[in-house]
Parts: sequence; structure tokens; C-alpha cells
Amino acid sequence: MSDKPKLAMYWASSCGGCEIATLNIHEHILDVDAVFDIAFFPCIADFKIKDVQGYPDGYIDVCLFNGAIRTSENEEMAHLLRQKSKVLVAFGSCAYEGCIPALSNLTTREATLNTVYLDNPTIDNPNRIFPQPVTEVPEGTLFLPVFYHTVKSLDQVVKVDYTIPGCPPEPHQIWAVLQAVVTALTQGVPLPPSGVVGASNVAVCEECPRQRNVKKIKRFYRPYEVVPDPDICLLEQGLMCLGIATRGGCGALCPQVGMGCRGCYGAVPGVEDQGAKMVTAIASVMDVGKPGELDEVKLEQEIEAIFDTIPDPAGTFYRFSMAHSILRRTRVNGYDRG
Amino acid sequence: MSEERVGVYVCHCGSNIASVVNVEDVAVWAKEELADQGVVVARDYKFMCSSLGQELIQDDIKEHGLTRVVVAACSPHLHEKTFRTACNRAGLNPFLCEMVSVREQVSWVHTDKELATNKAKAMIAGGVERVVHHQPLEPLHVPINPATLVVGGGIAGIQAALEIADSGFPVYLVEREPTIGGHMAQFDKTFPTLDCAACILTPKMVDAGAHPNITLLTWSEVERVDGFVGNFTVTVRKKARYVREDVCTGCGICIEKCPVKVLDQNFEAGLGYRKAVYRPFPQAVPKYPVIDTENCTYFKRGKCKACQIFCPTQPNSIDFEQKDQFIQIQVGNIILATGYDLFDPRRIPQYGYGRLANVFTSLEFERLCNAAGPTNGDIVLRDGVTKPKSVGIIHCVGSRDRRYNNYCSGICCMQSLKFAHLVKERTGADVYNFYIDMRTAYKDYDEFYQKVLEEGVHFVRGRVAEVTDAARKPGEEGKLIIQVEDTFIGKQRRIPVDMVILSAALQPRADANEVAQKFGIACSTKGWFIEKHPKLDPVATMTEGIYVAGCAQGPKDIPSTVAQGAAAAARVLGRIQMQELALEPIRASVIEEKCSGCRICNDMCPFNAIIFHEDRMVTEINPALCQGCGTCVAACPSNAITGTQFSTEQIMAQIEGLLMFNVEGELIREMAYA
Repeated sequence: MSDKPKLAMYWASSCGGCEIATLNIHEHILDVDAVFDIAFFPCIADFKIKDVQGYPDGYIDVCLFNGAIRTSENEEMAHLLRQKSKVLVAFGSCAYEGCIPALSNLTTREATLNTVYLDNPTIDNPNRIFPQPVTEVPEGTLFLPVFYHTVKSLDQVVKVDYTIPGCPPEPHQIWAVLQAVVTALTQGVPLPPSGVVGASNVAVCEECPRQRNVKKIKRFYRPYEVVPDPDICLLEQGLMCLGIATRGGCGALCPQVGMGCRGCYGAVPGVEDQGAKMVTAIASVMDVGKPGELDEVKLEQEIEAIFDTIPDPAGTFYRFSMAHSILRRTRVNGYDRG
Repeated sequence: MSEERVGVYVCHCGSNIASVVNVEDVAVWAKEELADQGVVVARDYKFMCSSLGQELIQDDIKEHGLTRVVVAACSPHLHEKTFRTACNRAGLNPFLCEMVSVREQVSWVHTDKELATNKAKAMIAGGVERVVHHQPLEPLHVPINPATLVVGGGIAGIQAALEIADSGFPVYLVEREPTIGGHMAQFDKTFPTLDCAACILTPKMVDAGAHPNITLLTWSEVERVDGFVGNFTVTVRKKARYVREDVCTGCGICIEKCPVKVLDQNFEAGLGYRKAVYRPFPQAVPKYPVIDTENCTYFKRGKCKACQIFCPTQPNSIDFEQKDQFIQIQVGNIILATGYDLFDPRRIPQYGYGRLANVFTSLEFERLCNAAGPTNGDIVLRDGVTKPKSVGIIHCVGSRDRRYNNYCSGICCMQSLKFAHLVKERTGADVYNFYIDMRTAYKDYDEFYQKVLEEGVHFVRGRVAEVTDAARKPGEEGKLIIQVEDTFIGKQRRIPVDMVILSAALQPRADANEVAQKFGIACSTKGWFIEKHPKLDPVATMTEGIYVAGCAQGPKDIPSTVAQGAAAAARVLGRIQMQELALEPIRASVIEEKCSGCRICNDMCPFNAIIFHEDRMVTEINPALCQGCGTCVAACPSNAITGTQFSTEQIMAQIEGLLMFNVEGELIREMAYA
């Protein structure tokens, strides 16, 4: 290999969308190729784990690690890539805060496996065969990664230098970060301080062109139930939009096309728990009359009625941030550990 | 390892805390286990709030160079100020002191000593973790507006207004009725001295009306209150009088010429008549009449205008086009003296009020025996001519009765004795008082009772069961029969009388809850305004700058009402003299760079301190209006609003401290999911 800086990109528990987003920087990918040597990138190039194991420590200059830590393999790879990389980037929502895989922290490992291998209508598994970490066959012993009880974010397993949020991160933001790294590597400019990069420090609303007024929400609608006014804040119209509690940087893409922000860039800096913040914010603007107008019982019913118009609140408010939230997981039947 | 040097002080509170929490153990534990968190001194002491206790803290601050103090004692509500001041005396910013409530939240609510001790430890760990994140704060100084709003022009309000105005400060006196005077103006005599209510009240009314420092706003109601102590902005609705106050001379020709007679349910309690343009009574202040649009022929049919035609002023004082006016006034303090409503005795059907003609309420009787009343003071039956030969006076009507009001209205015994005396004096009739207990506490009251006893008034101890006109025995025909168990002789009695007077309970105003909400003060479930402390702070409320006086706070007699009015005025004057107010620096503020302009918080502030700048699309909080309640801080989804002393760091640190140890008091070294 040449003496160009080494780039790696790995997927742990993820959907592959982050790789697509990275390739979606279009012709800039040629610049990336011109600057970097690809050291490990299972999506686009054939490398084996033993290749990585063979690298000296710190051999990889930048490793973009996407995907959550769901299995023992994910965790092993996180440790391996941490050891072999100078800069480890938690790339995308799964690595950053658990994302969709971490919603299974709301239930047990057994329930998740049951859904996948047994209860799903398209599954036919009469012998109730589940993947086993260790299986004896005539040819010898087979090993499968252990499926963890709790999904973790990358930074809950290894030290992370940078985080690029998003599900997936926006290509222009990816390119901006890669450019910064390239400049640093080629011109000796110092790298930015560690933390979240490729995003704004203010909530999505700042980038949203919709007109905003004082909010009073009487009920929520699902997107198919109403045609939203194109110019007014979606939340005001009763469409769940997490833009108020979500870090900007995407350019408010979803709200601009009439779809409420789903919150994929995670919490705004300084907020510990995006979902909890969303709940308090929504609770604050629910239209249940003036204080003292309704008696306690009636008030509770009104509040219940409004909250009942939000299907799957946990999945809505913690869609991306479950693993990284203060809750991290629910305690089910005494299970509370990974 | 914290860089701060923390002192922990665990109070025994006599045995209040020490009897349930092992305070010595807690102190020893804090010093050992919380050393990593910065604790360098931990002590327990019998009474931390005593001078010696405070000196303990002060000495430690100097000797050990403490930079933070945690006091585990009663509640911040009680002694936060004490310990903050102690810290301040030793040169430590008072806001670097944190109180942990191990009395209200631990010893008073738990019985298991071991668990309570462990809970106290956890709470102290939370306090220590929190206090290291405290910031030194300086109070906010705001000027106090010297003007005062007095709501309610009864004797309490008049007294308060005069006290303040006489001291040279402006007062706005707002009264819902066309005249000030309140209930007292309706009374004839006052107990126990029997001096004429009008003779002692009207001079005060005139004073209030003519006082250069008093702006009288009668026929007016407070619509809205904004702001906070020192700087309230009050919106008053001045209802249309249809009489121009700037030109009316109060000559009364309009009243004379008005052809419409209306039964006066209000001032005359339904016993007398007034006109459609009227003054409630001749000495009303202000003198300007008001047109009752419901009964005025012009307002009903568009014709008449007799008042306007005969009005001698130039320009004409009658203005049918007048509209309600909204006036904004700026005041520094507010006194609420909104008075009471009388219990409606129709709610006790067996006493026959409203059904049996000669059953009267106490207020009706006041009008009946009032020299300026509808009968010129003649005590007669409902027919207007017959003098009663026997009168029954029933105490506790709607008071001390679980079906209506549990409380004692306080004034009814004396009022009933006064009625008994007046009936006896003016008619010579036989008088029976039906009472449960005779309550004649306070100066000269029991002497009055003795006097009435000597006058030959009959007293029957027992709750009256029924007042009926159904005669059963000879001598009962045409009479009202009072059925009662005389508990002294243990027998049922039937006492026939010509007239029955019901001493009805004093009740909170029907709209007391709304008023309390408007002014942001607390109201009991019954509807009496709640004072800051029932014994030691009887006229202040939990809302700074708002005071209560008179029956709005609870039933009371005239002397107590006047005393409260004066007391409230004294408190207000004290505030005004300070000229400047040091507000607690616990305030919310917006970090502009973090505000996305989502406007979630915009409608939430109970003090209207939030302003949205459309041009920059950011929200701002007015620090003078902000009371630090934290509503917006919790609501802000961006953490762009921070509350001093309640920052996310402080709260999270406190929670972490609380969870640092398990129930046995052992350090949980590993977090559950780490």
C-alpha cells in the first residue's frame, strides 16, 4: 500500500444506509480515493478481519464506525477497530445512540428472538430453532456471536473521538467532515475538538422555513389523516414533529416536505435525554384549558385523551435515542443488565 | 474528586429529626463516605438554626476554608434564609448553601429508623453532589412602585387605603359596587358599643372619597394582573355608569325624576325600592348615580330619557352611549379586601326562609332596624305595619353545621345579641335566642351578653329543628312555631313567635376562587384566601406583594377587620419605604445561540415574562418579571433556557448523588448498565 492516510468504514448492527449515504457524496468519492487508502470497508471492498488484526495499532487514520452494539461480534469489532484506529468516528444514529435496533431495549432478548424466529407470520419454524452461540456438529464446534440483551451505543463500549449524527448522516455533512479530516491530514491543520461534528448546535426549527406561532395542541394526527398547511409549523397543526428537540444540520429536510422531523440527529447539545425533553415540551403545549379551569379528574381525562392520539410514544420519542437516553432500557421481568 | 470544600451540618431539631434519624451516624458517614465528593467537615448539632448552630457554620467556613455548605435540617421554606445569611456573614455567597429537608421529607414521614437514616444519607449525598455545581449569585434590585391597589371598598379596604394615603402614597381603591362602604354601610348599630354604623363609617367614606392620594374606582372590577411585587400592572374594567363623573354634581334630580321603581335586592336586601338610576344610599361615595340598564326604560325600549331631560348640568351628565373603559394602573403592592357573601338560608328549607313571610335574614333585619332603612327603623313584620310581640333569633344558620359550613362564623352570637337588644328596646317584644354555644370572646363582648341577659331576653340552648306555621296547639294559630330541643331541660319545645331572624353564616365570595387565581394567591377549599402564616404572618400571602384583609381571609368582626386593614397597610408601607426590592436571583434566562425559535415556551409563563422577537426568531425572558418558577426551563426542548440554581447539571448531579448508595448505604460502584 501507498503512504496515503488509511480510511476504514465498518458496519455493526445497522441497515447499511450509512454506507449508501457515504457513497452518495457522488464524485467526491474520487477525492476520497485520491486522498485515502481504503484499509477496511466490507461494503465496497474485500477485506477480512484477519487483515485488520494484522495491522499495527493506530494503522488506520480514520475509521467510520456505523451500527449499534447488538452482538458480541459488534463489540469485538469495536474494540479491534478502536485499537487499530487513530480517529474513531461514531458514524450515524446507531453508533451514536442506538437508533432503531435499540428500541428492542424496551423488551427482552427472548421477545426479540421470538419475534424474529418464531412469531413472525412469514416464519415457519416448527422445531423452534433459535440461533445458538455454540453448536456441536460432526465436523466440529460452530460459534455464533452472542446476541446481547441490551443494545448499546459505540461510546458505551469504546472511547469515541467524533460523532456524526443522522439516520443516515446527510452526504453534504459527511463530505464536510471528510474534507476537514483531509485538510488536517494533508496540510497539518489541527483536527477539531472531539465531539459531534457534521451537524448544527441548534434545533431543527432554526433551519425550518415554516412559520411558527404560539403553540396550543388539542390533538395529534398521523400523517395520513390530514393534509398539512404548507407554510405553518407542523407541530402546531398536530403533526408530531421532533424538530424542536432535535439537533439541526440536516436542513430540516423532512418538515420541508410535510413530514414531521423524526429526530434522527439526536438531542440538541446540553440535553441529556431527547425523548424526555420531547415529552415535557409536548406536555407544556397541550391545550387543556387554563389552570384551575377543569377539576383534577376531568383534567386527567383531557390529558389522557390528547396523549392517546400519539401512537407508540416510546417509539416516537425515543426512536433514535433509546440506548443513549437516561432510561437506556426497560426492566422486564427482572432483566436489567446487558 | 471535587475541588470544592464542602461542610455538612446535620440538625437534630431537638428530637424532631434525631428521634427517627441517627444523626450522629449520618454526620460520621458523610465525612467518611463523601470525602471524594469534597466533604471536609461534617457535624451534627441539636439546633442548627440557633445562634450557636449558625456560628458553627461560620467558624468552619473561616477555619476550614469551606466553599460550599449543606445543611440537613427542616425545609428551605423555614430556614433557608437563616443558613444563607449565616454563610453570608462568614463571607460565603449565600447561594452556595444547600438545604436538605431531613425533617419534612424524612423524620416526619418515616418510622423505620434504619431506613430513614439511610434515606437521609442518600439525600445528603444528593445535596453534596448538587452544591458543588452551585454558582455564587447576586440579588436583583428593582424599584418599588409607591402606588398601591386596594381591591374592595368595605371597611377593611377603606381603612387600608386611608392608612397608606395618609402616609403620603397614592392608592387606587377599586370597588365593584357603585359605592364604597361594603356590608358595614348596611348595618344599623355595631356591637358591643351600639354606636351607629353609618355615623362611624361615613366620615371614613368621605375621607376616602376626597383624599388627594386616593383614586376611587367604583363600579369597577379588576380584569387582569400582570407583573410582580413592586411592579404590578393591573387592568381595571370601569363599568359604564351612563353618568359622566366629570360633570355630574350629584344633585339627585335624575333619581327623583326616574319613573321606574326597582326592588333593591342588593343594598336594601329586598326590603326597599330604588330607581333605575340610583345611588345605593344617600351618603354613597362617590355621589354619582349609576343607571341600571336591566330596568331602565330607555335601555329596554329606547324611550323615556327623563333623567337626561331633567339633568341640570351643562353639558348633560347622562350619557347613554358610555362604554366600559379599561384602565391600566401601575402599582407596587396589592391589598385584597373583597369581603364575604351571606349564607343563603333557603338552603335550609325547614327554617322556612323565602316561604314563610316573617322569617328574616340577619341582613334584612339590619335594614329593618336601620333608621335610614325602608321602614325608617321600625321593626315590623313583612306587612310593613304590624309590630311583633315575640321574636325568635336563631344562631348558627349555616355555620357549625356539617351540611353547610363546619366553621364558626364568629360574629353571629354577638350580632344576635345585638338584635335581641334592639328588638327589646324598640318593641318590648319577647325575645328568644336559640344558640348552640354562646361565643362572646373579645373585649366587652361578654359584658354585652350579661347586659342582654339582664334585659330579660330568653335563651334556649339547642339547634332549632324547624320553623313552621302549622299550628298544633292552642295559641299557635297565626304564629311561627319554633321547634327546638332545649338541651338544658332535655325536652322538645314549641315556641310560637311572630318573627324569626336567621343569623346566617358568613361565606367566602362566590367568585373567591377566580379572584385568587387572578391575583395568583392561594385559596382554601372553602374559598377563604390563605395568609402566609396563620399566626405570624396573618395579612401577607405566599405571593410577594399581595396582602389580604378583612373577611376575605376568614369571618371576623369589624374591629378585627379594621385591624387587619391597618396591618396590611403597615406591611405595604414598609415595602414602599424600602424603595428598592432585592429579588431572589433565581431566574430563568435564554441562551440566545441555542434558541431555535420553536416557540414552545411562549405561552407558558404565568408572569408574562417571555417575549418573542419575530425579527431574530428568538425568545427572551424579562428577568424582572421572571419569578424563577422553572416552567419554561422544563418545557424548552433545546435546553436553551436555564434556571439559575436549577440547572440541568445541578439537578442531574443531585439525582446521581441520591442514587450513589443502595438502601443499605453502600456505594454502588457500578452503574447498572455500564
